[in-house]
Parts: sequence; structure tokens; C-alpha cells
Amino acid sequence: MSENNQPRHSAEPDPERIPTTQSPDAGPQDPLGDDAEFVTTLDTAGGAMRPSAVPVSAQSGKIPGAEEPDSVLRKIFTGNGIVTILAVLLALFLGGLLIAATDKVVAATSSYFFARPTDFLAAVWSAATGSYVALFQGSVFNPRGNGVAGQFAPLMETLTIATPLITAGLGVALAFRAGLFNIGAQGQIIMAGILAAWVGFALDLPVGLHLLLVLIAGIVGGAVWGGLVGVLKARTGAHEVIVTIMFNYIALYFLRYLLDTDLFQRPGETTPISPILDPSALYPQIFGSQYRLHLGFLLAIAATVFVSWLLNRSTIGFEFRAVGANPKAALTAGINVPRATILVMTLAGGLAGLAGVAQVAGTEKVLTDGVAATYGFDAITVALLGRSTPWGTFAAGILFGAFRAGAVQMQIQTGTPIDIVLVVQSLIVLFIAAPPLVRAIFGMNPRKKKAATAGKTQKAATTGGAA
Amino acid sequence: MKNSLRATVKRGSMAGVATAGAAALLLTGCGAAPTTGSSAAPTASDYTGCIVSDSGGFDDQSFNQSSYEGLKKAEQDLGIKVNQAESKTNNDFEPNLRAMVSAGCDLTVTVGFLLGDATKSQATANPDSHFAIIDFGYETPISNVKPIIYDTAQAAFLAGYLAAGTTKTGTVATFGGIKIPTVTIFMDGYADGVKYYNEQKGKDVKVLGWDKAKQDGSFTGDFEKQDKGKQFTQNFLDQGADIVMPVAGPVGKGAGAALKEAKAAGKDVKLIWVDSDGFLTAPDYKDIMLSSVMKLMGEAVETVVKQDKDGEFNNTPYVGTLANDGVQLAPFHDLDSQVPAELKSELEQIKKDIADGKLKVESAASPKV
Repeated sequence: MSENNQPRHSAEPDPERIPTTQSPDAGPQDPLGDDAEFVTTLDTAGGAMRPSAVPVSAQSGKIPGAEEPDSVLRKIFTGNGIVTILAVLLALFLGGLLIAATDKVVAATSSYFFARPTDFLAAVWSAATGSYVALFQGSVFNPRGNGVAGQFAPLMETLTIATPLITAGLGVALAFRAGLFNIGAQGQIIMAGILAAWVGFALDLPVGLHLLLVLIAGIVGGAVWGGLVGVLKARTGAHEVIVTIMFNYIALYFLRYLLDTDLFQRPGETTPISPILDPSALYPQIFGSQYRLHLGFLLAIAATVFVSWLLNRSTIGFEFRAVGANPKAALTAGINVPRATILVMTLAGGLAGLAGVAQVAGTEKVLTDGVAATYGFDAITVALLGRSTPWGTFAAGILFGAFRAGAVQMQIQTGTPIDIVLVVQSLIVLFIAAPPLVRAIFGMNPRKKKAATAGKTQKAATTGGAA
Repeated sequence: MKNSLRATVKRGSMAGVATAGAAALLLTGCGAAPTTGSSAAPTASDYTGCIVSDSGGFDDQSFNQSSYEGLKKAEQDLGIKVNQAESKTNNDFEPNLRAMVSAGCDLTVTVGFLLGDATKSQATANPDSHFAIIDFGYETPISNVKPIIYDTAQAAFLAGYLAAGTTKTGTVATFGGIKIPTVTIFMDGYADGVKYYNEQKGKDVKVLGWDKAKQDGSFTGDFEKQDKGKQFTQNFLDQGADIVMPVAGPVGKGAGAALKEAKAAGKDVKLIWVDSDGFLTAPDYKDIMLSSVMKLMGEAVETVVKQDKDGEFNNTPYVGTLANDGVQLAPFHDLDSQVPAELKSELEQIKKDIADGKLKVESAASPKV
């Protein structure tokens, strides 16, 4: 326990240290200084936990000294939070322009813009708003729905689609926090889906036990696939990005191979599709059969709570973050880096595995080569948007779930191509990856804030240098 | 102070963008306004025909596109309303289908075997709605689902015979996207066509890329990566093939690119397209396009819609064959002169024999009716 307490204590407030990362002449840019500083602050290892190369990991969880009003302000204005929201808004705005630009009525009215400009402007307005209203009605609340149940059906759909996004996103976020880019959620979902589906359709077990085994099989499948990457990284130094990408391919082709064997192919079929899972292997639907929302969503909430506890309250989580901040420093501080690497990838894989289970036991009910859809890659975006914090990832997962659910309605009601949602998602990522761009567009001059904290920055820099 | 200055500069640059936009508008926006406010013509019928794609989307230059075009044609010809929903992933099938049913679709066309389960569950839950599914048949028929399937092997047989009769090197090739029945049925027919030519003529034309007996061959792994199609084709060329039939949707373009390069290098090579008439849908490869194995899905979709609109819906599978022109060998177009007249008349005869049932073309993937 003392091991746990000490770092946490030392990780506590030192708000003035944060700005050092923004100061060009201090900290991360200078590896030598980095190490040197670390050695001196060895006994306060937490203090050395500056933002790592992983851009989103740094300011998550509890910002040191969040109680101080000044620090809160700084967090809001220069932190990622406000930029995230603005990025979403900006992406939606540009998406609206794109919808308008590709709209047939807009194109028609633009040809006589100067004869009657109101037509054109009205068309632009109605194209963009019409699409977004449909998006909203398809994802949150549909006033024309059949009774209260029908009106909230879109929200249930949003949560259903969000379920695998959240759990897979958590897997990616957790690995991010340990400094690992887990691009392999796709493969982990697939391996989990394979095992979970097989247990689901091949075994004949009583209700309850069957689902439990499906769940365990899925989590184990994902965890092993993720853990292998961790082992390769820890033992051989193989880069996790390369390994996870390749593992995605291996998993996909393995799945395709299996779907062509008698073991997995549906009897009497020549198409690559598995038998439907037994009813006892499926997640129960939370609010009855009219919605697709299933137990997996509650598990996603539980997973979020777990990851939140793990990262912020447990020794292992502290080790993960320490390794993420600086593996060399963590090693010097006595943290078993290879063990942490393997463990974090195993946990990440297990979380992605939960998404695989949600797919086969929740929504799809069969195994096809599209079982992972694009969730493994969307999960990266979700984790990024959620700034790699557990609850941020949760919220981002729901937002993306809403986009996905709403896109169906948008496409059918207004004929807006479903691809527009992908464009909006991609724009969000683009803007989040380029905070200065967002600040510039919204006139949030970072220098002004910097000037306000300049004294402190300087002081901090001096302290760092002196140390 | 400095700040406001910077803001002004920024606004200035925004104004520049706006000016550019306005200038663009100037160039295009000088037409006269139409006299009436609304321009949308009222639809003649209350009938709504809907379509849900698989993850290929309606621009896949393959069965999604053909089916979609068939429905669009029905919209024009029959004056029906049309709703379409693209699926990006397998997860979109069920939501899309649900949305279609609640949007009041009379007939919903679903494209591809992957939608089989979703179509079945929605059809069972909504017995009053009609469905048609492309390229998939149910073991036990569902009363409100009409399967639209194709005995593609028949037309591919002709393509195989044609390739065997046209090759200069005595080796022809084929490859697939993913090993699924709707792909391997092309390859089965093609291989059998070559075999039949060998039997008839006492020749020994070889087929690369597919072994019908083993039901195994070359597959690129998806319907997206064109570079793999190119690589496969180059390998086939190195092994002496001069005619290639890619059964891989857009990946076929990779094959086309490789063959064009080979042609530029002085080799006499040819391409056989699938699904649609490649001479029209992939015009880049006109000069090497020998023929195409066509599945006329648009026509089938339009027919089924018309039947349903006239109250003549039934769940008997529509099976496209050479006999009902549901599958065809496309014209030779520019390469017509390279096909000997004798070969042409033999192809006509084989076509007639298959249509009459005198010549049986069998494939493990053929629709069982």
C-alpha cells in the first residue's frame, strides 16, 4: 500500500509544472534535461509525469491542483476540453456546408443566384438543417415516433451502437495511457468474436452459464491477441503499431479461413456465415425486444468504471501511466516495464474483446467476416476524442454511436449520403489533432493566456533548469 | 491592441475567401430564376420501392450498383417512389431494414447473402411488407421474400470457351476477390468452359487461378485492394497467361492496369470483365476488353418491382439463366475482329444447348431450385 500511496501523494498538486511543457526551452524537447530532471525528482516520481508523446494522455484524469481557480481557467481555455467541443462544432458546421454543396436543390438554385438569392440561401439552410434534424431524430428523440417507446427508440439505438465503440475505445485509451498505440482493436474484436461465437453456437449449455462462458471466451480471445502484442513488444522490442496492424490482418484472414470450414460454416450453406448463436448465449435485451439495446451496454458502463478505477486508484494503473510518461524513468524507478507492457496490452485486448462479445452476442448474433465492422478503427478515434480518459471515451463513444444511428435516418429521410457522417468524424479527428488551428479559427489566441501565466511559466522553467 | 490587429488581419483573410467564393458564384449564378416556386414533379404512384445495400455501397460497380440502377429505372418507368439506404458495415443492415419498413416501403430489395438473416427477421416480423434479396436463396422459402439469384456458371462457361478459343499462349487465368459462392460460380463455369473446349478440340489450354475439383484458387482477399489484383495478374502473365478474368469487383481494375502495361510492352493480352459489360462500365480497358460475363440484375429488380406493384408478388425465386437472358456474354465490341467467325457460331450453339438443357453446366455454387 505504501508503494501506492507515495507516488499518488507526489503526483499531487504541482500546477506550475504543467506549463513547462509548453515552454520550448524546457522538458520533453530535451531528452537529456528530461532524464536529468527525472533523476533529481526520483523520489517524487509522480511529479515527473508530464505529458508524454501521446498527445491525449497527459491532461486527463485529475489535473493536479484542479481546485485552484486559475488552474481551472487554464484548463478550460488552453486545455483540450474546450478544443474538443469546438472541434466537434466546427466539424458539424463544415459537414453542413458539405451537405449543402452536394444537395441537388442547392445546385439548382445556385444557377440563378443573382436573380433570386433567397432561393439559394433557403436551400442551403434547409439542406443542412434538414439533414441534421434527421440526424438528431435518428439518434436521440423522434417526435413522430410511435408513443413514448417509439420516440426514444433512436436513443436506445444510439446506446446500442455505442456499446462496442466504448469498450473497444477503452482498450485503445488504456494502451495510449501506457504510451502504446494500440491499432489492433480490430483484430482483438475479431478474435474475441471467433471464440465467443463458437462457444455460443457450438456448445449446448444452460441459460446463464452459456452467456457467462461466451463472455469469458470473448474476453480471453481479445486478451490473448492483445497480450501477444505486449509480449512481442516487451521481449523483442517489436513496435506495437506494426505488430497490431499485422495482427489485424492475421485475425481477419484466420476468420475468413474458419468461415470456410465445417466447424464454423452454417450447415447447408455455402456462404461464409456461421450458425446463429443459441438464445441462451445472447445478451438479454434491457428494455424488451422492441429495442436492440442489450446487457452489453451495462457491461460497457462497468468497464468504464473499472478502467477509471484502474488508472486513477490502483498501483498497476499508476505504473501504466508512469511507463507511458517515460519508460526509461519508470524502469529506473523500479517499475517492471515489460510486465506493465504485457499487462496493459492484455487488458486492452480484453476490453476490445468485450466489444467482440457485444457484436456476436448482442447485435449481430452470427459470425461473419464483417463482425468487427469498423469498430476497431473507430475506437482509435473515440479514444482520441475522449482524450484517453475513461469517461471521456465513454462520452465520445456515445457521440459516435449517435452519429452512426442518426446517419441511417438522415440517409432515408433526406437522401444525404451516409458518408457525410464519416467526413464529420474525420474532421473531428483532424481538428483535435491540430488544436492551434481550432484556437485560431475561434480567435482564441493562446499567447494571450500564455502572457497571463508567463511569470509562472518562467518561474517553473527556472526551477526545472535549476533542478 | 495587438490582438485586435491580428483579428483584423484574420477577418481580412476571411473576406478574401468570401470574395473568392462570390467570384465563383458570379461565374455560375447568372441564370434566370424559374417562374414557379416548386420544381419537383409529383410522383405518379404511391408505391414505394426501397433498397438496402451491403457494405459495398451503391457505387461498387457491381451488384449493389446494378440493383440500384434497376430500382432507379423503375422509378422513371413506373413512377414509383424510391428510398435507398447504404450500409457501411454489417452492423447497419438491421437498422437500415427497420427504418425502411417504418418508412412505409412496399418492397425492399436487399443486396447480398450477408443481409440474409436481417431480411429474414424483418420479413418475419412484418408479414405485410414484401422483400426481394439479391444473390441469396433461403433453404426454407419465406412467404414474403423473393430471392433473385443467378446461374452465372452458364455465362461464365461461354467466357471460358471464348478464352480457350482466343488464347495465343494456351494459358488463361482467373482470380477472385473472396471465396464465396457468388464468386466461385464464375470460376467454375470459366474452368468448365475451357475444359469443354479442350475436349471438343483435343487441345490442352490451361487455367490458372482456379481448380474446380479442389474448389480452391487465387483470391485477393477483398473487393478493394486493386494493387493486389495487379500483382496477381502480373504473376499470371509471368506464367504465360494472356487472358485474365478477375471476379473481384473493383479489384478487376488492378488486373486491367497490369494487362494494359503488358500490352504497352508489346504483349497480346485480353481481359474478361464480370457482372456488367465492362466495355461500358470500365471504359479505361476498352482496347483489351474481350467480353464480359453479365448478370442483368437491374432488369430483374425492375421486373420484380413491377410485379409487386401490379399485385403479382410471389416468393418463387427468380433465377437468371442464359435461357431467360438473366445472365449473358457481352458483345466483343472493339475486339470483335479478333474472335474467329467459327468460334462465334460455336458459342451461339453452346448457348443454345445450355439454354435448352442439352448441355449441363454444374457448379457447387449454382442455385438449387
